[in-house]
Amino acid sequence: MLSLSHYLILGAILFAISVVGIFLNRKNLIVLMMAIELMLLAVNMNFIAFSHYLGDIAGQVFVFFILTVAAAEAAIGLAIIVILFRNLRSIHVDDLGSLKG
Amino acid sequence: MNFVVPDFYPAAAEIFVAVMALVIMLASTFARPIARGLAYTLTQLTLIAAAFITIFTMQGEVVYTFNNLFVGDLMGDFLKLLIYFSMAAALVYGRGYLNDRNIDKPEYYLLALLMTLGMMVMVTANHMLPMYLGLEMMSLALYAMVAFDRESVRSTEAAMKYFVLGSFASGLLLYGMSMVYGATGSLEFSGIAQSIHNQAANETVLVFGLVFLVSGICFKLGVVPFHMWVPDVYQGAPTAVTMVIAAAPKLAAFALAVRLLIWALFDLAEQWQTMLMLVAVASIVLGNLAAIAQQNIKRMLAYSGISHMGFVLLGLLAGVVEGDRHFALNAYSSAMFYAVSYVLMSLASFGMVILLSRAGFEAENIDDFKGLNKRSPWFAAMMMFVMFSMAGIPFFVGFFAKLSVLQAVVAANYFWLAVVAVVMSVIGAFYYLRVVKVMYFDAPVDTSPLKAAPAEVRVLLSANGLAIAALGIAPQALMSLCAYALLASL
Repeated sequence: MLSLSHYLILGAILFAISVVGIFLNRKNLIVLMMAIELMLLAVNMNFIAFSHYLGDIAGQVFVFFILTVAAAEAAIGLAIIVILFRNLRSIHVDDLGSLKG
Repeated sequence: MNFVVPDFYPAAAEIFVAVMALVIMLASTFARPIARGLAYTLTQLTLIAAAFITIFTMQGEVVYTFNNLFVGDLMGDFLKLLIYFSMAAALVYGRGYLNDRNIDKPEYYLLALLMTLGMMVMVTANHMLPMYLGLEMMSLALYAMVAFDRESVRSTEAAMKYFVLGSFASGLLLYGMSMVYGATGSLEFSGIAQSIHNQAANETVLVFGLVFLVSGICFKLGVVPFHMWVPDVYQGAPTAVTMVIAAAPKLAAFALAVRLLIWALFDLAEQWQTMLMLVAVASIVLGNLAAIAQQNIKRMLAYSGISHMGFVLLGLLAGVVEGDRHFALNAYSSAMFYAVSYVLMSLASFGMVILLSRAGFEAENIDDFKGLNKRSPWFAAMMMFVMFSMAGIPFFVGFFAKLSVLQAVVAANYFWLAVVAVVMSVIGAFYYLRVVKVMYFDAPVDTSPLKAAPAEVRVLLSANGLAIAALGIAPQALMSLCAYALLASL
């Protein structure tokens, strides 16, 4: 039988993978976008698990909103990647160096 | 299941701004030849009208509507008025700048208005959901605005960095929200507070969630160790957008902190105060030290902003002392006063950068301010007011902001914190005074008179500089307004 903690651990693992993906990824901005999406999905997993075990529907409603926002975020992110590619002719993380820091 | 029509009255300003955003979108599509001026004028009129609506719908007591998703209170109304003011000011400052660079497009004003709406939703949220949606609405519009200079490598690169780190912060905040939801079974702030108060919540899960929430808030405020985006975004974004980022979102982030930490998680104050203490000390130290090394004034102001936000946190963390909540109102209103006066100063400082810039030239280095006194004694004096105020030299508004925060910190018996803050402010005074020295004692590199800026920028900048000086002479009114607004809401 799967308990709440199984889902929470899965959520935490997904979240950790996405954090590692954001900070250790030195290659491609698209991979970075994927890591960000994964992070939101990890949160969704948490919300649904809690919502089910608490018997409260609000958490599941929240998930619909997160999914919608994730779509909007992906749209903006891809648009920024497109204009960045026009300027730099590259979407490698290492090529983002004109601002020091 | 019975459906009750919610009370729309307290949310009239939000509804109005949302409708006007749609109107402006359609109007600028169908009236393309005059769209630029039209969008600008309509946006400004919307902000003014929203201010009147907010004033007329203001209620003395706290009102909840939309199934408790929305709260109308004096703190929210006061912050909303300041948000309209700073957005309107930033648009006036930025218009000529954008025009010089051929990026004065109607979409800019539309994004600015949508961002205003996002901040309004944030400051009136009484539930995790509108808080998150407002935050995203603000952030998504800001990412697009940072990338507004599409031809510029720096602008797009700054947008990419801001986007990645901003989304990461939203993810952290959401993870924290999910944990708090799991521990308390509620997403509504009063429900969360109730559940913690009755000790019905799982303490471990709650504190685990709190860490993520605090990280998310710190990121949005731009404090150490979540400050990496601040200097790059401030430098890379067009100055008009930098000004937008440096002003109103700080007020919205302050509201985020107040609603989440004080409204929902006040019973965990001991825990989050400790976290904020580390963050505040780190950002005051690092912000002031790193600013000294900067040659670019936008980066310098970014690091100075990091240290100012550290001061705001100092106010927030001095509320509860060993379970005693007497100091809370004083401490939180000092933090709010600090945030408000910082917004005023950052508008004026980036306004100066815009004033000195012209088509094809960015006055973004400190050297570009050399000999400003010989070119324009009046605006050199205004810049001096701003720098003195930021350094905390009496009698400017920044001095009283620092003083009230430090009083709150001392009242809470954190003497060492006050000592660190004062020492770092003295060190920080060096780089503010360097700008003043460069303006008054160095020979100008560029002797052209300041003609590029339109008249409204000059008038607004003068008013802004004089307001900093005037509020320094009579800070009491604004201070008691902050205290009154918070007292009615807590």
